[in-house]
Parts: sequence; C-alpha cells; structure tokens
Amino acid sequence: MRELICINCPRGCRLKVDDDLNVTGNFCPRGVIYAKNELTHPVRTLTSTVKVQSNLERRLPVKSSEPLPKEKVFDAVKELDNVEMKAPVHIGDVVIANVCNTGVNIVATKNIEK
Amino acid sequence: MIHHRLVIIGGGSAGMAAAVKAYELGEKDILILEKNNYLGGILNQCIHNGFGLHEFKEELTGPEFMSRFSKQVNELGIKYRLNANVLSVTKEKVVTYSSEEDGLVSVQADAIILTTGCYERNAGAIQIAGDRPVGVYTAGQAQLYLNCYGYLVGKKVFILGSGDIGLIMARRMTLEGAKVLGVAELMPYSAGLNRNIVQCLQDFNIPLYLSHTVKEVRGKNRVEKVIIAKVDEKMQFIPETEMEFDCDTLLLSVGLIPNNDLFNNLGIKFSKTRGAMVNQDMETEIPGIFSAGNVLHVHDLVDYVVSEAREAAVGAVKYLNKTTKHAGFAYEIKQGYGIGYVVPQVLNIDDASEKVSLKFRVVKPFKDIVINIKEGERLIKKIIKPAIVPSEMEIVYLPKELFQKEDKVITVSVEEKK
Amino acid sequence: MFDVIVVGAGCVGALVARKLSSYQLNVLVLEKENDVGNATSMANSAIVHSGYDPVPGTLKAKFNVLGNKMYPELCKDLDVHFEKIGSMTVALYDEQLPMLKELAERSKLNGVEVRLLSKEEVLALEPNINPEVKGALLAPTAGIVNPFTLVVHAMENAVDQGVELHLNEVVENIKPNKEGFEVITSKGKYETKVVINCAGIYGDKIHSMVEPIDYNIKARKGQYFVLDHYAKGLVNHVIFPLPSEKGKGILVSPTTSGNYIVGPSSEWSDDKDQVSCDKATLDNVRAQAQAMVPSIPFNQVIRIFAGNRPTPSTHDFVIGPSKEYPNFINASGIESPGLVSSPAIAEYIVDNCVSKVLTLAKKEKWSGKVRPRVHLSEMNEEERNALIQKDHRYGRIICNCEKVTYGEILDELSRSVPPHSVKALKKRTRAGFGKCQGGFCQPLVIQILAEHYGVKFSEINYDKLGSEICKYSTKGEEK
Repeated sequence: MRELICINCPRGCRLKVDDDLNVTGNFCPRGVIYAKNELTHPVRTLTSTVKVQSNLERRLPVKSSEPLPKEKVFDAVKELDNVEMKAPVHIGDVVIANVCNTGVNIVATKNIEK
Repeated sequence: MIHHRLVIIGGGSAGMAAAVKAYELGEKDILILEKNNYLGGILNQCIHNGFGLHEFKEELTGPEFMSRFSKQVNELGIKYRLNANVLSVTKEKVVTYSSEEDGLVSVQADAIILTTGCYERNAGAIQIAGDRPVGVYTAGQAQLYLNCYGYLVGKKVFILGSGDIGLIMARRMTLEGAKVLGVAELMPYSAGLNRNIVQCLQDFNIPLYLSHTVKEVRGKNRVEKVIIAKVDEKMQFIPETEMEFDCDTLLLSVGLIPNNDLFNNLGIKFSKTRGAMVNQDMETEIPGIFSAGNVLHVHDLVDYVVSEAREAAVGAVKYLNKTTKHAGFAYEIKQGYGIGYVVPQVLNIDDASEKVSLKFRVVKPFKDIVINIKEGERLIKKIIKPAIVPSEMEIVYLPKELFQKEDKVITVSVEEKK
Repeated sequence: MFDVIVVGAGCVGALVARKLSSYQLNVLVLEKENDVGNATSMANSAIVHSGYDPVPGTLKAKFNVLGNKMYPELCKDLDVHFEKIGSMTVALYDEQLPMLKELAERSKLNGVEVRLLSKEEVLALEPNINPEVKGALLAPTAGIVNPFTLVVHAMENAVDQGVELHLNEVVENIKPNKEGFEVITSKGKYETKVVINCAGIYGDKIHSMVEPIDYNIKARKGQYFVLDHYAKGLVNHVIFPLPSEKGKGILVSPTTSGNYIVGPSSEWSDDKDQVSCDKATLDNVRAQAQAMVPSIPFNQVIRIFAGNRPTPSTHDFVIGPSKEYPNFINASGIESPGLVSSPAIAEYIVDNCVSKVLTLAKKEKWSGKVRPRVHLSEMNEEERNALIQKDHRYGRIICNCEKVTYGEILDELSRSVPPHSVKALKKRTRAGFGKCQGGFCQPLVIQILAEHYGVKFSEINYDKLGSEICKYSTKGEEK
C-alpha cells in the first residue's frame, strides 16, 4: 500500500494505492490517473521561460503542452536555454516541438505583440 | 471633471472580472485604472500552472488565465488606462490618478470598485534579527526578477515560510540552476498547498522544517549564513536546536497583506482581514464604494478572486441602478470559535441575492469537525468537514430563505467532536 | 596639491565641505562608502535636539544650541525637510518630577527655552501618552529633519561650488610632509595642506595615522523600529523619557516623511561596521516605548534598523587641531547630538581652525543654495498637472507606496551628487521606502539606474560595491 498526495488540483487528495494499482481516496477520476502514473512512470507539467526579442519583455513564459516524464524535466529546461523567440508570439505557439524526444511540445503561454 | 459611472481601480484579474461582469449586466460606462503598463497584475509573473480549475475547468498558467480576461475586456471595448496610478479616492467618489500621457486627472465616479490586490509581508514587517545584508527578498520579488527579467537573485537559497509563492519559487529557482537548501515554517503545518509540497519540494528533495524559523541572518555585504531554530508551542526558540545554512539568499514567503492605501483616508472601518469591512455586495461602509479580491482579503485561488469580483460588480450595478435599499434587516456576521475571519461582516438581507456567500478561514488545522452557522442560537447550516486547514479559504452559499430575521447576529464557528 | 582634504562625507564632512566651498580653496572629500551620509548620518533618530540635555559647558552643549538655531535657514537653503515640532520629556512617576526640574535648570544654563507641563497639559497636547504621566518638559525648539537629504544636499551644494568628491575611496594612511600631508588611499595618493578628519566612527583610526592618540571611539549601537504612516497622530512631538547615563533614552517621534520612529537602544558593539538587530534588544525598546505611549501599533512596523554612534572615550566631541599639527583638524566622535550640532561644528572648524593655517578668501560668487527640487506633495492639482504637461515624466509613478515619480528620480540622477545604488536613490527620493519595501518598484529602479549609467541590469548594487541585486543572469546571457 502506497500513500500519495494528488497534485492535479489544489484539493490535494490523499490517495491510497494497493499493489494491484487500485486507487482510493480520490475526489475525481484524475486522481486515479495520477496515482497510476506516479507509480509506473511519473510525469510533470513543466513551466518555465525562454528568451524573447521584444520591445516590452525579456522573457516569454512557456509550458509543456502535456506532462513530461519526470526524469526529462531538467533536460527539457536545458533545451529551453538555447531558444530565443521573437515577438509577436501568441499563446499556444510552439516554442520547441517534441522536446527531448518526448513527443511533447513546449508552447508559449503569453501573448507578446511587439 | 471627467465622469464615469463605474471606476475600477486595479486591472488585475479581480478588476477585469468585475468590469466584464458589470458590462454584461448592462453597465457600459466603465473605466479601469491600472498602474502598470499591462493588464493582468501579478498573474503575469505567476508562470506556473494550476489556475482556472473552477473558472475554466482546465489548468492554466497565470498569464494564460489573465489573458482570457484581458481578451474579453478588449473585445467588449471596456475602457482602461494603463500607467495610471491612482493617488487618491474621496468619499465623494472622486478618483485622482497620475499618468505620463494624461497628466493628473480627477474622475467623478458614481460607483468605485477597489481591486488593488495585496503586497507581501517583508523582512521589515517580520523583524528578522541579525545583519541586514543584500540577499533577503520576498518570494514574489525573486519571482518577478526570474520570470520577467531573467535573473536569479542568488544561487544558494534558503526559504522562510511555506506559503505557496515560496514553494513555487523553490522549484523555479532549482530548475534555473540554484540550490535550494530548505524551507522553514514557523507553524507545525504548512501554509502552502499539499500539491506544492509534493511537486515543488519533495520532487527536488528539498527539506521542509516545520515549527522552525530564522533566528539570525549573517553576512557583511551579502547574505552568508542563515541560522534557523525550532520553536515551541509559544513560538519561543528551543535551545540547542539551531541549524546553520551557508547561503547567499533568504527568500521570504510569510504572507500577503491587502493593499488598502487608497481607503485609508475614507474613515471606513476595516475588518480582521486588514481589508475593508463590507456587506453582502462587497460594499464598504460608504454606499457605492466596493472592494473585492485580494485587497479585501487574501484568497488562496484566483478563481475565487474572480467570483468575488463578480459579486462586487453585481452590487455596483445594483447600486448604480438604484435598486440597493441599504435598509431593512441588517445582520452582523461574526467569527466564532476556530474561525479567523468571515467575509462579509454585514448582511443586509433585503438587498441580498438569492444565495448569500460566506467566505472564511479557520485559525488552525482541524480534523473531523462540524462548521456551524447560526442565526442567534438557531442553527441555519451545518457543514461536516473531515479535514480543514487555514491555507484554504472556505466558501458556503446559503439560500436567502435560511435567514429568518430573528436575531441580528450570524456566527460561524467550529465544533470539535468530543 | 589640495588645500584641504576632508575625510568622510557624513553630515559633518558634507557641511564642512560646503562651508569650505565658499572660500577660494581647492577641496577634496574622500568617502569610503558608495554614497555620502551612509553610516551614522543615515541611521539615527533624525532629531534636531533643542539642547536641554547636554552637560553645560561641554562642546556638545555649545554646538547643539548653536546648531539648533542654524537649522531653519540651513534647511531652507538646502531644500531639506525640517519641522520644528518641539520635544517633550515625560515623567511617568512622581519620583521623576524633581529630575524634570533639574533638567529645566540645565536647559536654562544651556540657553534653551523650555516649559514644564502639568499632567493635564501633557495629555491635552499628546492624548496618546500614558495617562499615568506626571508631567513633562516641553522644548519648543526641537525639531525633526530628513537626515538623508541633509547630507546629500549639503554635499551637492559643495560640489556645485567646486569641491571634488570621491566615493568608494578608503584612506589608508596619512603622512605628514613639509607642506602638509600625503594622503594615501585605496585608489591613489594626494598632497594636501590641511586634513579635516570627519571620519565619524573611524575618527580615532584616521587621527592615529598622524600622531599617537590617548582616546578611542567606540561603536555604541542603537536599534530602531520604523512604523508605517497609518499611525497618524500617534504623537505630535518628539517624546523622550528622562535621560540617563546611557543617553537620552528611547524616543517615539514622527519623521519628516510621516512615519514614526521608535528607538534607539544603546549597546556597545565591537565591530564598527556591524549594524545587526537582535530580538531581546528590540523587545526591550518596544516595552520602554510602550511605557510612554501604550498604543504604538507595532503591527505596523515596516522596518527595523540599527546605527552606530561614534562614542569617544572623552565623553565629548573631538573637535579642533591635533596636538602636533595645527593643519590636521579633527571633527570626529560626533555622537548624539551630532546631527543638530553639525552645521555649527562645520562653521567652527572652518572659521576657527582652518583660518589659522590657511588664508581664507571668500569666493566672489558663491551660493549656499541647491538647485530647487520639485515638491509634488506641496503642489495643488493644477500646478501638478501643469508640471506633467511640461515634463511628462512627472506623471509616471515609479514607487507606488511613496508615489515617487520618474521625473523626480531623473532629476536626482542629473545632480552633482547622484545616486549610484538602489539605496542611494531610496535615500534621496523615498522610492522603496514604503510598506512594500521595494517589492514592486525595485526592478524599475534598477532599470532606470542601469539605463542612466549605461551598465547592465545585473551590475546595479543595492548599496555598497559588490551588493548586486540581480547578480546572476539566466539562459546564458550577460555572463
């Protein structure tokens, strides 16, 4: 039996997972997915920034479009260091496609017009 | 003098949400005054995700969340002035602001909503002993430097306070190459959300020291050492529990305070939240002047900030349309045992909507309790809670019929199982 | 070859330099810090004492009373905020009443106007004083001053009138020679006819570079609380307890910026540069202040700080020529009441000491005034609007708590003793002095400084050299 705290939402449900990956203590179905992932292949959504050429901003905030394998998070951050975007940039614009061969894109999370 | 029916001070999420709601209710003559050169306020620097689960049923980052509102403000053509810093607000509802483009401008408003957010408790306010070198920052300040300007304030970091901004910054600074040595929390429980303890500390093996606080900061020019020690139930240091950390930075995540400066000269009463005392419409003691969001009381989720701002907008539109009576049966809402504060503090039941919202926080964590809401001695609502913590704000919506106008005092209190 | 080198740019050094600037002299001021007025002159009670307390006949008594009389005009010329709000020394016990009378006698000997107040009179003037109060000594000539701008503007005036100022330059040795002295610093060597030692807490060290000395100057630390403006009307005068051998005691006073100050403690400090605070001492300051003014809202403290008083073992200011060299002149060990005494000390040093070793010829054109500053808070809406229309930068607020504009910041940067650090700018404009303590405006301030000096954002210091705020750029930029 493993105990986990679900990180999907601020509620932070205390989950219990047995050896057959049966999950209890979850308030919503996302807790089950989280617990199973956490015990087999944990994933995290990455949020960070990249350099941007703009009159207004020095950094463009970005996120992974899907959660990344946890062990790839630092590698992904390293890849972000080498990227420089140019305004205009819009929410959802792909900053890095298939980051670290994970199949996940890094996308912009802010509109920077100029 | 320029005139606008509704002036909203502060163009963060609360201000924008209030403006959009008021517009939807038919009030088209709105002016938002924003001190920065962008809308969205503090969410611009909150690049992490976790916003909008209630509001949009999806997990957004701060900039994404706020951009949904700024898009609406722009699409609806709601007027706003950027770089417009409000210097004063009078009882007569004259709002004076200064801006490079407009000069010093006084606006006569019919109604005002103050949505100026909050600021962080800082080193001065918590009076940390020791040297006063450079390297002590609030977590939000470090967040601004890192996420918007691209600078780390230090490379070896200790964090005081387990508030969410501090936890989020532990992860952010770690990802950007800093070493976070630990987090000390004065209380025996975390002030931040459990999910952030997991994904911001445990993921990076950052220790959390509960019932510990900073005893001394040392350093000539820059922070060199932070000494923490354990505290007892009376918050006194326990001898020989000191731990030393060699570091160049101390981040503080020790709470937020409503930014109420503009209300200071109005002669209105403030509540325990350090925000204005308000009624069910988020209206202060001066009819037509409202307050919502973190300037009223510090919220845990921006989703709730937004819903409160809408309540203020509804109140403001009612006031502008002269449908608020400001008369009839008035309740005083009090916090009883175990409750830190309740918003609102006044309930004019005859002016209330069909459902009355009460927001409150407990003073300490409880398990297996009942929250009782009483009118006088009569129980009007009972909420069973398996667990409740001060870091989370509670909201209950009470149907108007529950209030019987029998006793003028409503009390919210915690009942522990015997 | 300089005529005079002034060591130290605190309030004494700056006012000495200003006074010297009125004569046809070649003057250099050497300051070890990254700004003028950055040690004792910055961290004190900011009180212009009446002179009720110093022992009659001492230099402290003499210069305090003379200095007090000079303040109104000095502050007018230098555009420094000064308010003559009066001080009240309160007796909380019947046993203290005779001491009040004694103090009144002492005041008379010092030539200071005072009045004894009854309990009722005290409470009428100061409703928040402990209702147990038994009486008080009112000294109407006491005042409060902005100590930061006093030093900056005095030095600005001096530099405008031809004095040279070097910051970040430490005096390492002073060697007497035929014509005067060779002053060796961390950056170079200078020849001068006269040295004036205004080195404050290091006055003994500087003096001992030229001759053996039989006194020392020790650091006596004072810790303070600063309260936010909200406590309006808390006290209207500078409120003192009865003085003791440890000094004038813990005061409660308004400041010129509308805040309130509570302190100082008094404890010996081995390290002259160490200005740390500790809980036990502050707890004691709090308790003593509450005994006089019980309702002080300590939940509105926005800052704690400490300063070191340069306390000489002679128990009096060290003023005048050294034993061996009439052209090595001391003005050091200037502890309380130093701020109020400084203009009188400066005048004495120049008129009575420098005049004995140099021929003083007045400059034909000399002004003791600084270029006027804009005072937005004193303007009505129309005037302020007209100013913004003329110069838009006065419309842009940088510091939200203290409502400091871009225009005011740029004006300070255009002056002859401009700020180089975030703290130096804060001292001049109050940007970052408010309740958020720079939480919101500091990046803007750094940006303005970086742009002005043409340096990188990461190079801007908070205070001293090596106190960069944003030391580390990320993502491989600006290595």
